[in-house]
Amino acid sequence: MADVFYSILCVFGLAFYGIFLGLVFSGVDRMVVARMQSRIGPPLFQPFFDVLKLLNKQDMLPANAVPGIFRMAPVVALAAAVTLLFYLPLGGIGAPVLEGRGDAILALYLLLIPGLAMVIGGFAGGSPYAAIGAQREMVTMISYELPLATVILTFAWKLASLGVAQPFSLGVMAAQPIWGYVGLLGSLGVVILFFVMLLVTPGELGRIPFDSPEAETELAGGILVEYSGRSLALFQLAMAVKTVAMGALMVTLFLPWNVSGWIALPAPVGAVADFLFFLVKVGFLLFFSVSVLRAAMARLRISDVVTGYWKWIGSAAVVGLLLILLDAKG
Amino acid sequence: MSRSITPYQTSIGPTHPAFKEPIQLVFDLCGETILKANFAPGQAHRGVEWMGTRRNPVQVLYLAERLCGICGITHSLAFARAVEQIAGIQVPPRAHYIRSIACELERIHSHLLWAGVAAHELGFDSLFYLTWRARERVMDLMEAFTGNRVHYALIQIGGVRRDLSEDMILKIKETLDYYAGVYDELRTCLLEDSSVRLRCRDVGILTATEALELCAVGPTARASGVPSDIRRDHPYAAYADVEVTSVLPNQYTGEIRGDVYDRIVVRVLELQQSVKLIRGFLDQLPEGDLLAIPKIMVLLAKLKKAEGEAVGLHEAPRGEVAHYVRMGGAETIAAWKVKASSYSNYMSWVPMLVGEQVADIPIIAASIDPCISCTDRVMLTGGGRNEVWTKEDLTRLSVAKTRRIQAKLKAEG
Repeated sequence: MADVFYSILCVFGLAFYGIFLGLVFSGVDRMVVARMQSRIGPPLFQPFFDVLKLLNKQDMLPANAVPGIFRMAPVVALAAAVTLLFYLPLGGIGAPVLEGRGDAILALYLLLIPGLAMVIGGFAGGSPYAAIGAQREMVTMISYELPLATVILTFAWKLASLGVAQPFSLGVMAAQPIWGYVGLLGSLGVVILFFVMLLVTPGELGRIPFDSPEAETELAGGILVEYSGRSLALFQLAMAVKTVAMGALMVTLFLPWNVSGWIALPAPVGAVADFLFFLVKVGFLLFFSVSVLRAAMARLRISDVVTGYWKWIGSAAVVGLLLILLDAKG
Repeated sequence: MSRSITPYQTSIGPTHPAFKEPIQLVFDLCGETILKANFAPGQAHRGVEWMGTRRNPVQVLYLAERLCGICGITHSLAFARAVEQIAGIQVPPRAHYIRSIACELERIHSHLLWAGVAAHELGFDSLFYLTWRARERVMDLMEAFTGNRVHYALIQIGGVRRDLSEDMILKIKETLDYYAGVYDELRTCLLEDSSVRLRCRDVGILTATEALELCAVGPTARASGVPSDIRRDHPYAAYADVEVTSVLPNQYTGEIRGDVYDRIVVRVLELQQSVKLIRGFLDQLPEGDLLAIPKIMVLLAKLKKAEGEAVGLHEAPRGEVAHYVRMGGAETIAAWKVKASSYSNYMSWVPMLVGEQVADIPIIAASIDPCISCTDRVMLTGGGRNEVWTKEDLTRLSVAKTRRIQAKLKAEG
């Protein structure tokens, strides 16, 4: 009974944590990008005000929408994004709720669900703009899955070849930083995969240059054009949680070190230090993959997104994989 | 692909984030590809010409300036030139120079504004902020010179209303130095950036033949290799005293493709050209009067007696602007017809858009720098009618109206 109670507490705690952190990161992103564009930008907590305002706004149902699906899509998106958090290691404390129950493949699937929910919601909205946006979102998802899957598989293969039990487990990946098992050539491969992951993240999160499904100036918000009020707020929260999840995934794969691994600290202080260090790492990665890229590029056409992800980023991922293979053989 | 796919229709506008003003573009789409494009203007008509025919020419200047939100010189100068021709007023040389300087400053601000809008259409907001920050300098200068950031109220029939003091000339020179300084940065960001190139190269092509057939004007025509420029072809104000060459994209890239990228090239090069032209005007700035007829009552009395018709031309930042004015010895003007530059450029949208992707619609639409409220001169009202009026229909209607007027005149004796 106490276990169930603890789990329920953790579920709500993690949902709150994911939402809070995601919105804070979104606020940081907006501030940082504003500075890069020599603007003052909104205050740090602007995303919170935006969501609060949306929650108070009327939730419009378009005349030719499919009501049930249209209303369900944002809920599913947020639920999937929060579920993802239960499996991902959070700094030194591991995954508090479902540790060891799901692996990296499950995480890949869960990462897809918010996007799929947006696609279904977009089609259910009955607007031609949303339909074009939904088609683009599907194509984008298909495009970035190839490099993303290559990255995850490379890690699992490396761990399996070392004879580690449960190589697909995220906890194992976090506990065994890949950098320690590869030589010079392999390190180069990991660096390439790291950049691939940094470029997959904005696609996963639908940010410029990969935001063609929303494309404000073309589709007036595209996939989300018919959403308003509470439903739109839920999608925004799902995106915020997904931001945290993507950051956590990147940290798990590439920067899993902890402060307590270097300096001897008493247990509670160590855990706090690890967690803060984890946040810093997530923020650092998001800064490069979301903020800098967003400030430095124009929106890509959907055809360029496909070419980019399959041809360039996809082949980079394969090169990284081959380098790690060669390294293991040599 | 052998399967036949039914195209679907969708429209962008009349209100859409890609447009700063209301206009509707209608498309037949197959997936992301545009099969057919059409447009429906007429949502921003305000009846300005009708209002103009109820005012005296000096009051119309005020209206003409407000045809457009940002072209503070364009319409008032074209209108003033038409009236000056009818009334036979000789503009003093210094006024000609000040007019030309203001025209070129306006071109700088208009092209920078356009560059920012284009960057925003591409989703490149950093570039949008960069260009608009650079634009602030010329806006500040115009405010110091005329008292307003837009709608300068500078042009008067027979001259200009404000003189350039020594201080102001210094300020203009400082601003020109600033633009000469940031030119390389702007050029690099707009023309060398790989994501801009990726989005704009070979997109929205308008061939030279199409540009000629569709009577494209200004940067839109020049980017396709048609070297038309009113400043060069029919020099006015002080443009005959300096050397004006048509800016063509091959001066930068070595070739003419007539795509969106070439239209950016033309506008960026024109920034440099404007700076050079203003420096030339300032060097040669003659002394003398600002107005042919300084007293407004005398001017109005002269205009009241003027009879005839004329067309005032001006090379606006977007291309040729023409104002047709007829005066019939009355206090008010008898007729006034405005042809804005975008009116000539709208049609080039169709060949540019067909075959392109949905994602390219905003940047192609923006690439001609459309000014919709400048252009909208006609709107169909009453009875909810919304149909295409052919040339025959319009001829029939105008013949009927002429008959009506003739009958009315006969009745009045």
